[in-house]
Amino acid sequence: MPDVRRRLVLWTLAFGTLAFLAVIGAPLVGTTRIDFARVFDRSVRFADNVDAQIFFIARLPRALAAALVGATLAAAGVVLQALLRNPLATPFTLGVSAGAALGAMLAISLRLHLSLWGVSAITGASFVGSLVAVAIVYALARARHQGFSTNVLLLAGVTLNSFFSALILFVQYLADPSEALRTMRWLMGDLDVAGYAPILAALPLAAIAGAAFVWLPRSLNLLSLDADAAATRGVNVVRVQQVAFFSASVATGAAVSLGGPIGFIGIIVPHLVRLMVGADHRVVLPASALVGAAFLVVCDVLARTVMAPQELPVGIITALVGGPFFLWLLVRQK
Amino acid sequence: MLIPPAQMLRRLTAVTSILAALLLLVTAARAQQGPQRIVSLVPSITEMLFAIDAGSRVVGVSSYDHFPPEVDNLPRVGALMDPDVERILSLRPDLVITYGSQTDLRTQLDRAGIPVFQDRHGSIGHITDTMKELGARLGVSTQAARAVAAFERDLAAIRGRVKRRPRPRTLLVIGREPQSLRAISVSGGYGFLHDLLDLAGGDNVFASVTRESLLVSTEEILAKAPDVILELHYSEPPAPQLIERERQAWKPLSAVPAVRNGKVILLFGGELVVPGPRATKTARAFARALHPEAVPR
Repeated sequence: MPDVRRRLVLWTLAFGTLAFLAVIGAPLVGTTRIDFARVFDRSVRFADNVDAQIFFIARLPRALAAALVGATLAAAGVVLQALLRNPLATPFTLGVSAGAALGAMLAISLRLHLSLWGVSAITGASFVGSLVAVAIVYALARARHQGFSTNVLLLAGVTLNSFFSALILFVQYLADPSEALRTMRWLMGDLDVAGYAPILAALPLAAIAGAAFVWLPRSLNLLSLDADAAATRGVNVVRVQQVAFFSASVATGAAVSLGGPIGFIGIIVPHLVRLMVGADHRVVLPASALVGAAFLVVCDVLARTVMAPQELPVGIITALVGGPFFLWLLVRQK
Repeated sequence: MLIPPAQMLRRLTAVTSILAALLLLVTAARAQQGPQRIVSLVPSITEMLFAIDAGSRVVGVSSYDHFPPEVDNLPRVGALMDPDVERILSLRPDLVITYGSQTDLRTQLDRAGIPVFQDRHGSIGHITDTMKELGARLGVSTQAARAVAAFERDLAAIRGRVKRRPRPRTLLVIGREPQSLRAISVSGGYGFLHDLLDLAGGDNVFASVTRESLLVSTEEILAKAPDVILELHYSEPPAPQLIERERQAWKPLSAVPAVRNGKVILLFGGELVVPGPRATKTARAFARALHPEAVPR
């Protein structure tokens, strides 16, 4: 036990420093040269201070959004892999992201020109869409079963994913070309939030999920081995499964509505972390969240600099980095 | 033998009328030359056909066609992504106008032996070239030349009005997530919108990127510091308070001169997206937005 605590402190410290440095360092990098003395010069009005606006509007919110999205997706990946006892599970396996995407597509195609507290209709609609998907999958997993069938959960999720994908294609097909382009762009992920309101809107949801993630790891350790064995050791299996499912889903919904369905983080980060820290969820979960944050912050820096002045969608970068890396892991592990 | 003057006059009249009739027949035949039943999948070319007096030959249009009003009564045959081959064939066309990328459709039409005219979309030069090409193919070269001349005259007039004015550095926004500063796509230094902006007396801040459209981050916009932001919306203008709300979406970037000085201008209209004869209307709207004192309503 003290050993786990020591490893937890050690790894959290190491990866925490990494994530912290990424978030602090990212706003210092960019395609424009800015004068950092002027950024923090209070004698210049913020409204007129280009350097400060580049730093505080264009760069810092992006880094923070990337950290939040990266951390939630990586943590949700860990939880779902344990819940479904499937190393290939991702935060998008259960249809949450497809639901979110369908919500966003509908908001774009129906031209919902609304906003609330600085959060656009597209963000709101995608979160609602993710909740709808969660509700459907959960209802299916509960139906005709005493407890909570993870097999049905997995099948329902995968089926819902392809069903929603078909609906997305249908909505896209009916849309105007300019709208179809915008929906396609949304699917590639975008962290240029240009302000703090969208981050603040996603934060409470991520915090609720985060609280669950603190409570879950010990039960997940037992659950990921064998549900029956876990039950004999006094774990309320159904309760743990429910908490894991809902917290991971809410976290994913919040992350996707903030940054779009950015792929690969929820699968490569947990596996990479397990290679380094072992399989104990008490260490894997927080470590994955921190590595996920650092990883997406770095990917987003690439997104806004590699092809400048053009933006390269961040989802493409995570896939380009993540795909080959994951295959390498697969081959190496045998 | 001398023919009496009255008879002479009668003969002369007969000869002239025969000649006149022949001439009339020849012109009529010329007018009937070329394709008579045209299906157009490309809205900009539909507009061109009407501009060169060949509108009456159009028997089918795409689902995106809204101009001129005559097209409202024509059968719809799908569009870029979903051309309805069956409906196209049922209209018995002798010319189908397609996008360059519709290769499958062209193969099918080839098999049916129906000639195809391919759209090449790009600069202003492409608009006039296409009108002339269509004129030659449809036997209405004179009308096409007239339409091209009018088009060029209109553009030259606008260019003349703004010629000696200072050219504001302009950001031409062609798409943005409503009510926010996300997913901003802008015109690069290629394409008819860039050409029109240039002609209307504005300097495109992203002219160095030779693409029709590109996605840019808020950092790039802050760094380019445009004097004017022209934002195109392809719909009819919504309620004034909604327009104002969209203008206000730019407010966080107050360090951009255009935002600070209230030079964020939203333009509305379906023609903004169509690289056809109505580009003159777009050019005038651009010029009026950039140089209100030089281009009166």
